[in-house]
This record gives sequence, C-alpha cells and structure tokens, in this order.
Amino acid sequence: MKSKRLTNSIGSRELGLILFIILISIIIDIRNPIFLTFSNIGDMLTDTSILAILAVGMMLVIITGGIDLSIGSGIALTGMIVGLTVARYKNISPALAILMGTVIGTGLGALTGLIVSRGKVLPIIATLGMMNIYRGITFLISGGQWVDAYEMPESFKNISRSSFLGINSLVIFAVIIYIIAYYFVNYTRTGRQIYAVGSNKYAAEISGIPINKITWLVYTIQGALYGLGGVLWVSRYASAQNDSAQGFEMMVIAACVLGGTNINGGSGTIFGLILGSLIIGIINNALPLVKISPFWQTALQGLIILAAVILNAAIAKNREKQHLMRGEE
Amino acid sequence: MKKDFFRQWEFILFIILIAVNIINASLSPYYLSVNGILDATTVFMEKGFLILPMAFVMILGDIDISVASTMTLSSVIASVSYKAGLPMGYAIIVALIVGTLCGFLNGYLISRWHLTAMIVTLATMSLYRGIAYIILGDQAVSSFPQWFSYLAQGYLGSTHIPFSLIVFAVFAIIFGLILHKTAFGRYVYAIGNNAEASRFSGVDVNNIKLAVFTITGLMSAIAGLFLTSRIGSSRPDIATGYELEAIAIVVLGGVSPQGGIGKMLGVIISFFIIGLLRYGMGLKNVPSQMMIIFIGILLIVAIVIPNIIESSGARRRLNTEIKGDKSNAV
Repeated sequence: MKSKRLTNSIGSRELGLILFIILISIIIDIRNPIFLTFSNIGDMLTDTSILAILAVGMMLVIITGGIDLSIGSGIALTGMIVGLTVARYKNISPALAILMGTVIGTGLGALTGLIVSRGKVLPIIATLGMMNIYRGITFLISGGQWVDAYEMPESFKNISRSSFLGINSLVIFAVIIYIIAYYFVNYTRTGRQIYAVGSNKYAAEISGIPINKITWLVYTIQGALYGLGGVLWVSRYASAQNDSAQGFEMMVIAACVLGGTNINGGSGTIFGLILGSLIIGIINNALPLVKISPFWQTALQGLIILAAVILNAAIAKNREKQHLMRGEE
Repeated sequence: MKKDFFRQWEFILFIILIAVNIINASLSPYYLSVNGILDATTVFMEKGFLILPMAFVMILGDIDISVASTMTLSSVIASVSYKAGLPMGYAIIVALIVGTLCGFLNGYLISRWHLTAMIVTLATMSLYRGIAYIILGDQAVSSFPQWFSYLAQGYLGSTHIPFSLIVFAVFAIIFGLILHKTAFGRYVYAIGNNAEASRFSGVDVNNIKLAVFTITGLMSAIAGLFLTSRIGSSRPDIATGYELEAIAIVVLGGVSPQGGIGKMLGVIISFFIIGLLRYGMGLKNVPSQMMIIFIGILLIVAIVIPNIIESSGARRRLNTEIKGDKSNAV
C-alpha cells in the first residue's frame, strides 16, 4: 500500500514535468516557429546529449548524498589531453580517442572517490578542490593555447557528426548509457545499494553494505562519464579550450534536481532525469531563439536550481503532511 | 586526542607562517623589512573580510559558496550606481545593502525552508553572478573618485600601516570576541556540534543561522568594495574562485567542515600564510594556475591528514583497549 502511494506521487511529478515541457514548447514556438522544426529538435537533442550523459553520473553521486563540482573542469582536462593527442598523432582512431578519454576520466574520478570515501573529505569540499586542480592542470598542459579545428583529424571530428538511421551519434551514446543506467540502478545489487547508502547510511552499514566502496564507485562512474563527455565535447565543438565547460556542473545539477533527484540523497529516477535534462536542453536552445541575451543564462540556471529545490521541499512537506493526516484517521 | 591535536594546531600554523616569511625573504632582498611585509598584505587583504564570517558559517557545519558572487554583485552595483550619478558614498551604502540582502536570502532559505546550505548557496552563486552579468554584460566600469582608492591602497597618516590592515584588524577582533566570548558564539559551536540537541535546549537555531548568513553577505559586500578599490575597476568576472580560497583558508585554520570545531586565531594565521605564500610565489613569477592547483591540493590535504591521524589514533586506542581486556582476562 505504502509503496503504491509512493510510486503514485513520483508518477504525478513526472506527469507535471511532461506538461511543463509541452507548455514551454508551445510558448517558445509561438514566439519563434523555428523551435518545433525537425532540424531544430535534432540539434537540441544533440546539444543536450553530453549534459544528459553527465547527469547520470551526477544523479548517482547525489543519491549517495554527495555532489561533484569537478565535472566541468574534468571535461576540460580530458578534452584537452585528448585534443592535444589527436592534434599531434593524427592517425589515432576515433575509438582509441574515446577509450583514452574514458580511461583518463575514470582515473580522475577514482582519485576523487578515494579522497571522499577513504579521506573522509566532504564531497563539496573535495570536488571544489579537484575542480580547481583540474582547471589549473588544463592551463598548464595547454600553455594557455587552444587546440583548433584545423589541427584535428577529420575522423575525430566525425565522432559527433556521424549519424545512424538519421540519429546523431551523440544521441545514440546517450540512449545506450541511459539503457545501461536504467538496468544498473533498478535491477543490480550494486545499483540498489547506492540508494541504500543515500537514504540511511547507518542502516546500510549495519546491513553489511560496503559504504566506502559504493561511494568510491559512484565518483569513478562519474569520472568515466566526464572522460567520455570530454572527448565528445571536443569533437562536437571542434576545439579544446582552457575554459571549456566552465559552470557546466551547475547545468547538470539543475537537470538532476529538476528531475526529482533528492539533493539530500536516497532518491532519484532515470526517467525523471531524462525529463530534467530535456527541460535544461530546451531552455538553452530557446534562449537565443526568443532573443534573450546569453548574459541571462547564468542567472537563469541559478534561479532554476533554486526553484526546483524549493519545489522538491514543498512536495516533500506536503507528502509528510498527508501521511500525518492519514495517521490521525 | 583530538583536542590535543587542535590545541597545537595554532602553534604549528605559526611556525608555518614564520617559514613562509623566511622563504619569501630568501626570494627577495627587499621583502624582510617591516614596510615590505606591511605592503605585501595590501595585495590580498580583501579576502580577510570573507574568512571571518566563513569561519562562523563552517563552525555552524554549513558552507557558503556564494560569497565571491556576492562580492562581485556588490562591486558591480556600487560602480553602476556611481556611474549613474550617485555620489560614491551613497553607492557604497547601496552595495552594502545589496550584499546584506544576498546573505539574508541565503539565510532565509536555509533557516526557514530548511534547505541544505550547499545547494542554496550553489544556486545563488550562479544567480548573483548572473545578475552582475545581466547588469554589466561584458563591460567594465573604472575611474572612481580619488578617495575611494584610499580604502585598499592608502596608508594611515604618515605611517606605513595600510588602512585596509587596520580595518581588517578591527573586524578580526570583533569577530574573534563574538565567537569566543559571547553566548552567541557558544551557540554557534553548539549548533555545529549538534543542531537538533541545541534546538531542544532552547537555542534559537533558525535565527542564529539567519544572522550568520546575513552578516556573511554584508562582509562579502565589504570585501567586494575593497577589491574594487584595489584594482580600480569592476567587472562581472572579478573575484572568481575566491570562495575556494576562503574555504581553504578556514579549513587550514583548523575549522572542521563538519562543524563545531575551530578557533578564530588559527583562521587568521592561516589567512596570512596563504596570502604571503601567494605573494612570495608572485615574486618568483609562478603562474597563477600553479597557485590554483596548489590551493586545491592544500585544501584536500589539510582535511585528509588530520582525518588519517585521527583514525589511526582511534585504531591504536582500540588495539590497546583490546590488549588491556585480554590481560585482564588472563
């Protein structure tokens, strides 16, 4: 009975998000009819793919009660390393470049995970530190220079340009990762343990769940995803810059909290995450279409996160009140 | 065990501070004079106004990562109001009010809505800097009245004591006294140790949190004004990364990010360590990215090492206890 009520309330939240997506799409389309054309929707999905991929890792981290602020810098660092490599060794195969980025990212994420799980550093402080360390290293290895489009081999740029059945490869990457993630969090033991760690650490420890290992694992997965994201980013924008993806973590966190991931840990769904990422993608895509200055973007992101967190708190409070009232009956 | 360690911490910091001065003196022959060191402080003094309230926030067990954005927004508001024709004195007051409001909003959401400080200040970090971008775009405002540059660049009368150092000293004494000598300060520690227990013992947790975050906003505005005075211009991208440095200084100063532990003296010594170290690296032309990496590493190491020492100490204690039990049994 109780679990049924819970799924009902989660379902209504996602229904609300879908209605919201339809509503803003109509409003934006009235302001600028380009918005709901096939090619623009395709562009929007392609642009949102990297964000959506990173949101999976961020959701896992947030479910354990942590946060990762280092992902924007992580993208820049792995992107820069891979960008410099393909600029020098032009005959590297795209698959090898992707593998290289993912491996480097996994290493970075594993280090962050070790600091959080074994070093017992608060996630926000550890990842704030890593954010600056990665960004600093990116500047040092690049010597302040960019890797430009003409320095990169065509095969590398084609990673993000190729398509399969008319669907851009970035979108395909995202879909594959979401299918794996859906299976992982819902049907594997480790996936369920991630939720257990976040909802009640003490109970999880007593039940014999290896908290340190799970904590380490989520940051490592996040690392692998930003490693992959870094390669895709550099391929997509055909340049590796020192200030790539600055503030990107805010967008990803916004997608998570909008999608209903509880910032205090313990809950979050893959389906909600897709909707949250879509909303952020639509807003980013629509700002230039409805002629809002890009300078509004930073403030808007902050406002969205704030609104989503307040909304989540209000929903939780309301649910609690309902439970109490039922209890009185 | 833990208490002994932190009792020594200020002493260790003091020795590090002396070491930093010796290193700096070996780098530059002009450094090791009273005037040289006093001059060096003017380069980083604005961060001092961030670390004092940040120590309160972190002893509460919370965090405020919106401080740098509040600095920037206050600075931008002051410079835009001045450019619009408001006398600088009034522009400063407007900036202080804006900073206080920024802090109040953080505190209100955290204390009344019971939202996590981390996510609230993460959102307002974007929001406040975003508003600064909306106001100024990619432009800069410079050319302030002559007296405004005195704030961060002036000296007291004919002496060689920087005005900003005096202001910082006054604030440091006030904040130190409040933290260690008043009931308010004791409540801050109590909340950091156990917010729930404090609430049941009649401590007004919500209002104390609201007050601390509001004061943090005001102090960030003051920091923003001193920064503007020092660099002589205002842009929406100034003070980026200051929140990291402020948090790093407070943590290095011996404040536990879990709350409830730390002393103002340690935080102040650690402030001068980081500031003078940065100045020394500047003398050697170390790139600023190197400094960012260094501060990031320092932040993490400053937490990891005490944690490892503590856990190994706990393990040793446990081992001796087990041995003791065995010998008793025999």
